[in-house]
Amino acid sequence: MYKIEVKNVSFVYGQSTPFETSALTDVSVGFEEGKITGLIGHTGSGKSTLVQMLNGLLRPTSGQILLDGKDIWEKPKEISKVRFRVGLVMQYPEYQLFDDTVRSDISFAPKNMKLSESEIDERVREAAAFVDIDEQILDKSPFELSGGQKRRVAIAGVLAMKPEVLVLDEPAAGLDPRGRRTILGGLCEYQRKSGTTVILVSHSMEDMALYCDNIVVMNDSKIFAEGTTSQVFSRASEIASVGLDIPSIAHIANKIKGNGIGLTGNLYTVDGVLDAVLREMKGGR
Amino acid sequence: MEKIIETKDISYSYTDSDGQISIVPALSNVSLSVESGEYVAVLGHNGSGKSTLAKLLNLILTPTSGTLYIDGKEIDHNDDDIDKLYDVRKTVGMVFQNPDNQLVATVVEEDVAFGPENLGIEPKEIQKRIDEALETVGMTEYANHATHSLSGGQKQRIAIAGVIAMKPKCIIFDESTAMLDPLGRKEVMRAMERLNREEGITIIHITHYMEEAARADRVIIVNDGEVYMDATPREVFSHVEELRAVGLEAPQATELLHRLRALGYDVPRDCIDADECAEIIVKLIKSEKEKNV
Ligand SMILES: Nc1ncnc2c1ncn2[C@@H]1O[C@H](COP(=O)(O)OP(=O)(O)OP(=O)(O)O)[C@@H](O)[C@H]1O
Ligand SMILES: Nc1ncnc2c1ncn2[C@@H]1O[C@H](COP(=O)(O)OP(=O)(O)OP(=O)(O)O)[C@@H](O)[C@H]1O
Ligand SMILES: [Mg+2]
Ligand SMILES: [Mg+2]
Repeated sequence: MYKIEVKNVSFVYGQSTPFETSALTDVSVGFEEGKITGLIGHTGSGKSTLVQMLNGLLRPTSGQILLDGKDIWEKPKEISKVRFRVGLVMQYPEYQLFDDTVRSDISFAPKNMKLSESEIDERVREAAAFVDIDEQILDKSPFELSGGQKRRVAIAGVLAMKPEVLVLDEPAAGLDPRGRRTILGGLCEYQRKSGTTVILVSHSMEDMALYCDNIVVMNDSKIFAEGTTSQVFSRASEIASVGLDIPSIAHIANKIKGNGIGLTGNLYTVDGVLDAVLREMKGGR
Repeated sequence: MEKIIETKDISYSYTDSDGQISIVPALSNVSLSVESGEYVAVLGHNGSGKSTLAKLLNLILTPTSGTLYIDGKEIDHNDDDIDKLYDVRKTVGMVFQNPDNQLVATVVEEDVAFGPENLGIEPKEIQKRIDEALETVGMTEYANHATHSLSGGQKQRIAIAGVIAMKPKCIIFDESTAMLDPLGRKEVMRAMERLNREEGITIIHITHYMEEAARADRVIIVNDGEVYMDATPREVFSHVEELRAVGLEAPQATELLHRLRALGYDVPRDCIDADECAEIIVKLIKSEKEKNV
């Protein structure tokens, strides 16, 4: 079942100006409830524009966004309610940090949701722990943090809302490998426990292969392909034709197969290729 | 070979908003050198001090203690010779993490022209540099576009073009590939390699992508403000467990072979290349299958 459905959505920036840009052209796509869907596409393909549609930050020039089957723009005055249900971590979120302390930054949304002091406190602590931000950092100014630390704070700010749909635009860009695993692996776990629908934008094909159930591919403001992660990554040459790639481990697997050795299974992650190699060594069993 | 960068025991501590000097220095006693024409990758966990190091090398910050030599010129913390600082900033160009803070003009071409114009270069040469720089980053067709209308990755490439157009001797890329798509990343990596091989520009590439670091001549790992490792990529990535301990990892090729080694198979620990890795595994599978017959 689709938690969010995008129906024939088009979006134009700077309409009737010399810089008019069609960022989305008649896009129709659905995001399955309780699944992690990856959104990939070349720079400028329209990913950030699409995800900003999902929580009503941008309004379609034409078409509809359905949340649980209901048009989110049915009552435009109530669009702020949608923003609590669909939490969006924007691209470069660290530049939206503005408060005096990390703590007040993370508690911004829960405060707006009019939660009690103690509940806010608990949510802040939970969210900070989740992104691995120490208690002592909570009282620092966000401007005194490194790039990766700021990113974590921004993610914590959205997690603290506990939204039904969690949309993350490049959440791991700029994080060190352990940070990527903590954040993305942790998100996966959170998703499995909470049943939250997650939409993840990333340029790291390796991360997509590791964490996503489904993948949607965008190209030049349109949907280019969609399917399960292995369906999408099995189309290597088409993926390359739109400026993307398959994970580097998948290239290794393809080269091994090119030598007449049959590898089978998930050939897009290190674990998957390791299993396939071990099976093949034992005679294909 | 002459050294373009040398640091002797440099340390740096930030002063916070209350004027308090941080107890834990962002960098402590870092001694390293980079030779002219070298291509060095810098790795390290978030907050390890990479950007601080980059800002010291570009003189945005001056060391709290220790001495720095850029292109043979000595710089210490009480340096206030403006001409010298200006000279050094011209030597070491820098592309930051976020392109939004770097784009200054409203039109792409003007933005790329900004640096060379400030250097007093003549208009004809500037146009040539703009064309070349935009070509290098694959943004030629956007020359007349408004900078605000570009996507994140597109802006990043314009920022890189702006630095390339100033033709510095050394360029520090502080995670300049972090927001690019796979093709864009390849284009920028190719551009870096071309600048390095063909124009002899020294490249310092700060990155969180291990596969990118594997292409450098040398890898420096910063950990908690100190230099933790400084060796060839093959050497550095062969230490998979140590890398993990400091928040990093190895390229997928190295990782796959490492797992096989852990299961008792005799495969090399220092392979960082996909082709080489595939060859090793093909041989392994063939010999194991023979054992089974
Ligand atoms: N505020 C804006 N005003 C005008 N045009 C814009 C604006 N933001 C984006 N665009 C244009 O819309 C198109 C889609 O941009 P978008 O940011 O959605 O791409 P993206 O897929 O997120 O790219 P990236 O991977 O670089 O983040 C691009 O052509 C871009 O230049
Ligand atoms: N402007 C600042 N004021 C105070 N402390 C700072 C400032 N900038 C960085 N720091 C601190 O200095 C340390 C090193 O930060 P730096 O930005 O050099 O790390 P980095 O290795 O570049 O990290 P990242 O991979 O996240 O970009 C961190 O502990 C950080 O919190
Ligand atoms: Mg984007
Ligand atoms: Mg940094």
